[in-house]
Amino acid sequence: MMSAELYYKSASELSGLLNRREISSVELTQSVIGRTKAVDDLVQAFNSFDEKNALAQAADSDARRNRGESLGLLDGIPVGIKDVLAVKDQPLTCSSKILADFVSPYDATCIQKIKRSGAVLWGRLNMDEFAMGSSTENSATKITGNPWKLDCIPGGSSGGSAAAVSAGESIVSLGSDTGGSIRQPASHCGVVGLKPTYGRVSRYGLAAFASSLDQVGPLGRTVWDTAVLLQSISGHDINDSTSYKVDVPNYVQAIKQLKGRKWTFGLPKEYFESASDTASMGPVKEAIEFYKSIGCEIKEVTLPHTAYAVATYYIVATAEASSNLARYDGIRYTHRAESFDAKDSVDIYRQSRAEGFGNEVKRRVLLGTYVLSSGYYDAYYLKAQKTRTLIRRDFEEAFKDVDALLTPTAPSPAIKRGAHSGDPLSMYLSDIYTISANLAGIPGLSVPCGYVDGLPVGLQILGKPFKEDEILAMGNEFESVHNFKNEHPPL
Amino acid sequence: MAEAPHIDIDKVAELARIALTEEEKTKFSSQLESILGYIDKLNELDTTNVEPTAHPHSVENVWREDRATSELPTCEAVKNAPKQRQNMFVVPKVVE
Amino acid sequence: MEYEAVIGLEVHVQIKTESKIFSGSRSGYGYEPNTLVDPVVLGLPGSLPVMNKTALDGIIKAGLALNCTVPDYCKWDRKNYFYPDSPNNYQITQYDQPICDGGFVEIEMEGETRAVMGSHRKVALTRIHLENDVGKLNHFAEDSLVDYNRAFTPLMEIVSEPDMHSGAEAFAFLTAIRQTMIYCGISDCDMEKGQMRADANISVRPVGQKELGAKIELKNLNSITGVKNGIEYEIKRQTQELKKGRKMTQATWRWDADLGRTELMREKEDAHDYRYFPDPDLMPVRIDDEWRERIRCEIPELPFDKQRRFMQQYDIPYSITSVLVPDWELSEYFERAAKQMPKWAQAIGNYVTNDLLRELSDSNTALSECKISPDGLLSLVEVIEKGVITKQIAKDVFIEMFNTGESATEVIERKGLKPDFDEGQVKDWCQEVVDENPRPVEDFRSGNDKALNALLGQVMKKSRGKASPQIVQGLLKELLS
Repeated sequence: MMSAELYYKSASELSGLLNRREISSVELTQSVIGRTKAVDDLVQAFNSFDEKNALAQAADSDARRNRGESLGLLDGIPVGIKDVLAVKDQPLTCSSKILADFVSPYDATCIQKIKRSGAVLWGRLNMDEFAMGSSTENSATKITGNPWKLDCIPGGSSGGSAAAVSAGESIVSLGSDTGGSIRQPASHCGVVGLKPTYGRVSRYGLAAFASSLDQVGPLGRTVWDTAVLLQSISGHDINDSTSYKVDVPNYVQAIKQLKGRKWTFGLPKEYFESASDTASMGPVKEAIEFYKSIGCEIKEVTLPHTAYAVATYYIVATAEASSNLARYDGIRYTHRAESFDAKDSVDIYRQSRAEGFGNEVKRRVLLGTYVLSSGYYDAYYLKAQKTRTLIRRDFEEAFKDVDALLTPTAPSPAIKRGAHSGDPLSMYLSDIYTISANLAGIPGLSVPCGYVDGLPVGLQILGKPFKEDEILAMGNEFESVHNFKNEHPPL
Repeated sequence: MAEAPHIDIDKVAELARIALTEEEKTKFSSQLESILGYIDKLNELDTTNVEPTAHPHSVENVWREDRATSELPTCEAVKNAPKQRQNMFVVPKVVE
Repeated sequence: MEYEAVIGLEVHVQIKTESKIFSGSRSGYGYEPNTLVDPVVLGLPGSLPVMNKTALDGIIKAGLALNCTVPDYCKWDRKNYFYPDSPNNYQITQYDQPICDGGFVEIEMEGETRAVMGSHRKVALTRIHLENDVGKLNHFAEDSLVDYNRAFTPLMEIVSEPDMHSGAEAFAFLTAIRQTMIYCGISDCDMEKGQMRADANISVRPVGQKELGAKIELKNLNSITGVKNGIEYEIKRQTQELKKGRKMTQATWRWDADLGRTELMREKEDAHDYRYFPDPDLMPVRIDDEWRERIRCEIPELPFDKQRRFMQQYDIPYSITSVLVPDWELSEYFERAAKQMPKWAQAIGNYVTNDLLRELSDSNTALSECKISPDGLLSLVEVIEKGVITKQIAKDVFIEMFNTGESATEVIERKGLKPDFDEGQVKDWCQEVVDENPRPVEDFRSGNDKALNALLGQVMKKSRGKASPQIVQGLLKELLS
């Protein structure tokens, strides 16, 4: 039955169909595979996929369900995986030449959890190399298009994750967010994306970009789908010292329970002032009006150190990255240069890394190396760590008066490919609304809220630490009276 | 803005162990210098008595008990090696 | 001009744990290459370190045993450098806030003879911090092979102040650290297995000069003797260079134990730029008094304290304690017997340090496997002291006990070694001998004490060696007085 359109249904709908045996997971997976084969030549969201393996997982899921042993809401649902998460016996490239041939011998914790939820792991999604970028153009593998306008970027770094869900090539997907890498592509591709509170989801098995900022998070066509996926990956993990020991609420239930609550929202003055010319502002303002109309209170708040967030971020993130990426050296498991001066004991590193890393990665590793180097540590790294404290405090202060903050996710809808090339700083500045959440460690949700020039635009809801349930409920409130989830790109 | 920052690109590239062409050196130094110029704005802030943030949450004493759990089979450990022999990773001769 | 050397040591000691410092893979030595590895140990993408609680306990114990301050707070930093034995190309270590500050090591210099206690002094420590060990490179003609089994073994770095002046002091320093670590159960400190490793910083200056001379780092000191010889060689070399009027420059040299000399590895390079920064993957450690006290309670009496106490409490000579005390098990063995009969401590000590050690070594047996218990040994000393058997017979009894695990009385009983006569019989034999040997009797009475031995021998002969010589001697003297 209507198998051709299964790929555009939400996980919530599909879960019902599966449970009522109206469809099988194999049918659903076939639908997604078929769609992928039909459109991925255009979208280029996947670095790789293994059809047989996915169908085998789907068959297992059907067998479980037939035995009455369904593992829950995700059982049998295809989940696309950003190519930055370790899946045992699957490639893990981080869209980098340096890991082109790497096959992971172990599972990330969130992957183990997803496997336990019965979901069908589906493919490896393209990204900016090592998650460094906001356009997925910095991939050594391929250039992913925005399904809404193929010559536009899908956003990044989780561009493949957002584009795949948007184009019906996956039902939901996992991404990672270091400075906006889930929320911004979600906004650009018209899907929902959530960056959890730092420590909510284990980072074990997530190839690190910036350890104190990285979080794994879900993308989906609806808030509900995103909530279900978040549910399955959340929780403390003994293998990640930075994962937080705090109870995980039932997000699906919370969305229902919190429905109709009269929230108090803050509008960060600095975000709206500086963004007077922001193209995304129209739909965002309408969304704010919507919340007003249902009785929520809207207040102006101030985040005084906003102007310093991008600078702080690029010091902290690149410093950590310069160290995290040192392990890619051509010795144990990465690309080794064909030729190097064997008499010079470090040349194997220099050449392998020169060949293996792309420009953006080189740039950031160099910047991070510089800011940590002797004589500059205090001026840059320490200074940034202190500024980070001020930025955290800004949010703590703001959250005394409001439940959440409403902002645009990105200053503009998706831009044309190549628009940032040659000017890395302009790309860095496009993360201006998302970066602070990573510095403060708070959760952020992007939900589609309209279109500008035929391109989707997202509303960002920033919540208090570990209050993902609240921002999901807020997002659902908006989503439930708007029909964005049924609007699909013209592919 | 204070004086334009200057990067010793050779030194930084050597610390980072990345070989750069002359062209790359020119390009990266000017890009990095412009980013550093932007970053310079942090100096507007007085952070004298501000504690640095190393972790988003201040948690202490996170550890595990001393128990051996599991290892990777050796074949898995070396399977991705660009060059291996006798289950070890081959590297150019290192003089120490 | 007179010259003096100033020496500081950096001593790396592996902490004995079941699993590695930041992951669940086993810690161990002598395994097949790359069998003790997991994603963390190999530095695979996505792997994350998690602290091993026992390694923390271990270094706190070491710090308290070596008189350090253990501050309330310490943290982890990354030391960034590329080297093939380092899986992440950074080492997780402690830069500006180590877990142990200051402290000192009590050392003992060699005495004039082995029977005389040497002088003691304190060598100041700078700090002790914890870090991950690295893998091992195996060198071949054309290339090197890396084995990461050793990587991520918990490793302490004990840093001394430049507070030593000779190879002998460095030797004593390492010996003291080694014994303390073994006593505390922190490490076995087997240098052949790399469980303890040392680098030395040596500089030589004219006596009276305040500033230190150029620092020479000496590596490849693979044994405690190597440390001593290497340092002594290096001091001589530097002194000679200075006397020739040459200027020393900072450099790294390497000790070649086979050739018995040092050779230049590298001249001073640009100072390393390790780009230390706090490791974002690990949370800081907070240590409270309760934790410190719990560990303090686990520290046993330390070697020098035990040695002083043994000498005082049991009145045994230094020469015996210097054999007993370095071996914790042996000293415990001794004390389990000696504390029951302190007046026989010397005899017990003699048996332990002579007969027992000899038999253990000849039969290649560990003390823990030894069939003679401290109580068993005590039973032997008792029958000797009470004159039941002679020392000569006791030697055989000891060997029987060692082989069978029987008590002294059981052996004596079974082998019929107990005298089959009473003291009256011995008295009679003495009287007979006095009567039969007028010459020696005369000699003894005229002041020749040695003459008694001839009489003693005769009595022993009559008793077929079973009479106690002490008792016979006493009886003879009585008869002749």
